[in-house]
Amino acid sequence: MTLLGKLSWSAIPFDQPIVMGATAMMVLVIVFVLGWVTLKGYWPYLWKEWITSVDHKRIGVMYIILALIMLLRGFSDAIMMRAQQAVAAGGAQGYLPPEHFDQIFSAHGTIMIFFMAMPFVIGLMNFVVPLQLGVRDMAFPTLNSVALGLTASGILLTNISLAVGEFAKTGWVAYPPLSELQFSPGVGVDYYLWALQISGVGTLMTGINFVTTILKTRAPGMSYMRMPVFCWTALASNLLIVAAFPVLTATFAMLLLDRYLGFHFFTTDGQGNAMMYVNLFWVWGHPEVYILILPAFGVFSEVVSTFSGKPLFGYRSMVAATMVICVLSFIVWLHHFFTMGASANVNGFFGVMTMIIAVPTGVKVFNWLFTMYGGRIRFTVPILWSLGFMVTFVIGGMTGVLMAVPPADFQVHNSLFLVAHFHNVIIGGVVFGVLAGYNYWFPKAFGFKLDERWGVASFWCWLIGFYLAFMPLYVLGLMGMTRRMQHYDVVSWQPWLLAAAAGVVVILAGIACQVIQLVVSIRDRENLRVSADPWNARTLEWTTASPPPPWNFAVLPQVAEIDAYWEKKQRAPDHQTSPVQEREYAAIEVPKNSAAGFSTAFFAVISGFALIWHIWWMAGIGVLGIFLTMLVFAFREEEEIEVPAEQIAAFDRAHPAEVVV
Amino acid sequence: MNVNVALEEDVRQGARTIASEAGPAPKRIVVGYGFWIFLLSDIVMFAALFAAYAVLAHATAGGPSGAQLFNQVSVAIETACLLASSYTCGLMSLAIGSQRRLRTYVAAVFTFVLGAAFLTLELREFAGMIAAGAPPQRSAFLSAFFTLVGCHGLHVTVGLIWLVVMMLQIAVKGFRPTVERRLLCFSLFWHALDIIWVWLFTVVYLMGVQS
Repeated sequence: MTLLGKLSWSAIPFDQPIVMGATAMMVLVIVFVLGWVTLKGYWPYLWKEWITSVDHKRIGVMYIILALIMLLRGFSDAIMMRAQQAVAAGGAQGYLPPEHFDQIFSAHGTIMIFFMAMPFVIGLMNFVVPLQLGVRDMAFPTLNSVALGLTASGILLTNISLAVGEFAKTGWVAYPPLSELQFSPGVGVDYYLWALQISGVGTLMTGINFVTTILKTRAPGMSYMRMPVFCWTALASNLLIVAAFPVLTATFAMLLLDRYLGFHFFTTDGQGNAMMYVNLFWVWGHPEVYILILPAFGVFSEVVSTFSGKPLFGYRSMVAATMVICVLSFIVWLHHFFTMGASANVNGFFGVMTMIIAVPTGVKVFNWLFTMYGGRIRFTVPILWSLGFMVTFVIGGMTGVLMAVPPADFQVHNSLFLVAHFHNVIIGGVVFGVLAGYNYWFPKAFGFKLDERWGVASFWCWLIGFYLAFMPLYVLGLMGMTRRMQHYDVVSWQPWLLAAAAGVVVILAGIACQVIQLVVSIRDRENLRVSADPWNARTLEWTTASPPPPWNFAVLPQVAEIDAYWEKKQRAPDHQTSPVQEREYAAIEVPKNSAAGFSTAFFAVISGFALIWHIWWMAGIGVLGIFLTMLVFAFREEEEIEVPAEQIAAFDRAHPAEVVV
Repeated sequence: MNVNVALEEDVRQGARTIASEAGPAPKRIVVGYGFWIFLLSDIVMFAALFAAYAVLAHATAGGPSGAQLFNQVSVAIETACLLASSYTCGLMSLAIGSQRRLRTYVAAVFTFVLGAAFLTLELREFAGMIAAGAPPQRSAFLSAFFTLVGCHGLHVTVGLIWLVVMMLQIAVKGFRPTVERRLLCFSLFWHALDIIWVWLFTVVYLMGVQS
């Protein structure tokens, strides 16, 4: 037994220039950022105001920062894959050896789903949901901070794998028997499993927190049918988290037992059953895509209604469609592997259920179209993303319905047609959705708008780049090209792959525009300053100041209808000049900052890293650290601090509300 | 008629009659509700383990089957211990409700001892099986068995540690609302473990011996 388990200097791939270059870049950026923060003396501010903050708005912003950074990481993987496939035709091997290429496509999928899309969606929900519900915080603020910490831990472990050891070469689904110890003896799969176990626990905490918040803490008068649609979609999404993530935890636990203790859940010997993993994985995996897309649908609903200046068409049908999708998403998982060899009846059932999901989704698309019909549409950046989504998502949805037909699916299974389909719905749906939300709620979070011109440029680059990058993949799929090929012999595929590579360059321009948009907007923030309600919007988050105070609302709003704020504005005769009536202010209790999230994350990284490298004593220290953190938290004396009434009154005088709700 | 009077009283005082419009719920309700949601998620995790067990129940790979391994007397005593510990846990809740420290401690001691007895018997069963050449590495069936039953045992262990911490909290902080809310969550957790055990007992031990 050695002190450091399997860890040694040979774990760092000094002989691979690409990996070492990327590592050096990563280390340089981290050192630069940490050095800059230290030099400027920002640590006390960061610690007090952000890292230990349990304010849902701060936590939401931090989730989105994580997501944006991971978007860059996952996208560099995409560039590398597209470049490799653009050149590795005929006899050519390209520039990436197979072991490296395999890690890249596995890391790309894992990072984009778990560490880009999930944190982005959760970040938006964190920021928006309590504000839209008209309450002061989440049901469990410290748990929220711990959840963020665990997500960050998973992200950190995944990125450590770049420099120390390797990442999984199994694809982002890590199917056994390939992912078993027999065929993947390295630490790659262990990095994958522990990173996702740790962040998965965080996601589950988030799910519990949101379900409780939405069902138990809403502003007085906000019955279920008066909730904004974004809150409904957040509810559906979090119900799915609560019901689906435990299955992933159990499944990964089984694979870990196989790998660490020689169990036989999915092995080829001992009568293990590898297809059981595939089933269990997608019992989580299909709801997961709705966990991501439903909040995006919510964003589009808010954006379309706001910028059309009309109430959402068919609010009740929108709510019903959301909940129907929520339920149906649990009975379609088998369509991910029609080729398993289940009977025709089983495949038929799952095929039909899959097609049925298109019905509520279609209802939603028509609702958005009818909302815009007859409205005065303001073509801002968020509505551009929404329009791009509607066109793109319908195409992706139709290829999905095509693949829901089992015989058709047999033809395109595991091909680039599938890759094109799910990028079509995830980029065209989730990414467009979160970017619409990012542009829409940014002024609420920071008090100034994002630059419009760079935002429009970014949208067009993304949209054109998306079509250029992924439409060729449909063609390639029909030509028989399977996914995850490091090189190929059929030279007639190459022109299409070159087109796809060009598409990625255009998307890169879109991402560059976004970075520039952020930089330019921060530079020009004084000119872009906005009041509480910059978009003339409809829901409660726009009634409070931008950025909102830590207590969100000085007095909890009274809700009497859907779009409570809009209705109040309609009734107020001339809201700019109406005098702000003197209100009775009372002291407000806000939850106290806590280092529990940071501490838990710190020890989770230690345990995760130690378990990956079989350093048992260190794993013990990590687990003990988490336990002690919980103990210290449980015994703390002060749980809330009181904000005095004068401070609240002073804030309200400085930020007069346009219309009091 | 009394009901009508009460309703009118509510309306006169401006109280809302529709629960969903009443505004944020009190902390105790929110915490209990959140913990229920957690328990549901925990039960979903067990459901996945149950499903795996059901798939692999006959995958013995030539090794021993459940009928050859399970000792029903031992399992019956385990079950009795766990159910009795739930009863004493209920008594503890009553003592907490009336804020009586001594009764709380006594009930907690009984709960702990019964839980620990359950755990000891389970570990003895595991050790016996491993000694008899039926470790989890022997077959997929045994992997699934040890994982499902062991996961429940792990929950009981966590529950025992939690119980000790809660008694310390009562000793140090007394019956303040935070502590009472946590005790409420603990008793929910402890009863949920019973529900899972009833399923486990049925699916693993009763049905396992039958075949």
